[in-house]
Amino acid sequence: MFNYNEYLRNEKLPHIWCPGCGDGTVLKAIIRAIHNLQIRKDDLVMVSGIGCSSRTPGYVDFNTLHTTHGRALAFATGVKHAKPGLKVLVVSGDGDATAIGGNHFIHAARRNIDITMILYNNYIYGMTGGQASPTTPTGSFASTAPYGNIDPNFDICALAQAAGASFVARGTAYHAPQLDRLIEKAILNRGFSLVEVMLQCPIAYGRRNRFKTANDMLKWQKEHAVSVDAAAKMTAEELEGKFLTGVLFQKERPEFTAQYEHMIERLNPHSEE
Amino acid sequence: MNKAAAKKGKKIKEIAIREAWCKGCAICVEVCPKQVLVMDHLVAKVANLEACIVCGRCELFCPDFCIEVIPDVQDNS
Repeated sequence: MFNYNEYLRNEKLPHIWCPGCGDGTVLKAIIRAIHNLQIRKDDLVMVSGIGCSSRTPGYVDFNTLHTTHGRALAFATGVKHAKPGLKVLVVSGDGDATAIGGNHFIHAARRNIDITMILYNNYIYGMTGGQASPTTPTGSFASTAPYGNIDPNFDICALAQAAGASFVARGTAYHAPQLDRLIEKAILNRGFSLVEVMLQCPIAYGRRNRFKTANDMLKWQKEHAVSVDAAAKMTAEELEGKFLTGVLFQKERPEFTAQYEHMIERLNPHSEE
Repeated sequence: MNKAAAKKGKKIKEIAIREAWCKGCAICVEVCPKQVLVMDHLVAKVANLEACIVCGRCELFCPDFCIEVIPDVQDNS
């Protein structure tokens, strides 16, 4: 019903992601969102760091950039700075964005540079063997937390909002049609936009945490995701253990490249002649 | 053709499965509301095309770009 081939580098497929991995589902949502917005493939740059999620640009036929661990936003900032007309999309994972690249993440948000970040949150370092990441839930098991993780986990959306992002949303791989719309809104927002996607890692995370199959993890997403509208009518007890989905925060703020343009105009001695 | 599909005026022509890309995660089998698909030696297979209501969930959820739901276009007009 939807032709993805137009946007894919078919010779690079099948992709390397494990059976049942949610990364492919999210990639499809990104492709549909870009298709719906009718963005030309040449007007879009997809930048990534290192990790399972960061393999995404390898499979899509946009301008793509696969960079060093945690530094996707630094490279993306450079791209956006040099060519402000381009749409810049960063795909990153929970470890890539909030551990190795944590500083780049909060400062890109603080600057409110016009970059859309799709953050694949699978609660684990999947590619390197299931080590605990900053988003591994407390009590969950990982190869580096064989007796249960004692660290509290990051709330990435709250972090982005506190740091100054102008658009913050959360979706899940299970609620794929909603995810299309969230990504569309994020791309249309002028400023730093974050879409955190909760997705399943059945191999590195699921097997250690009593999820037998990818389907069990999708069911978990279905049962634990609460939309912002529904949550407004629920009590604190009912929301215990759940997470919110939808547009969590949106507020217009001065955008970095626009501010930079203004500064050039202000300092240009010929501009007032 | 089944009743639910007839109501929407949609009819299935084919569910194309790219078997070489299928990794056997069985998500498509689980999300199908009409049990159209089954797993056959870790590869998705169409077992009951007649029951398909062209909802497109299998295509939507397949993480491996394996499934394409092809509706019968002539019946849509």
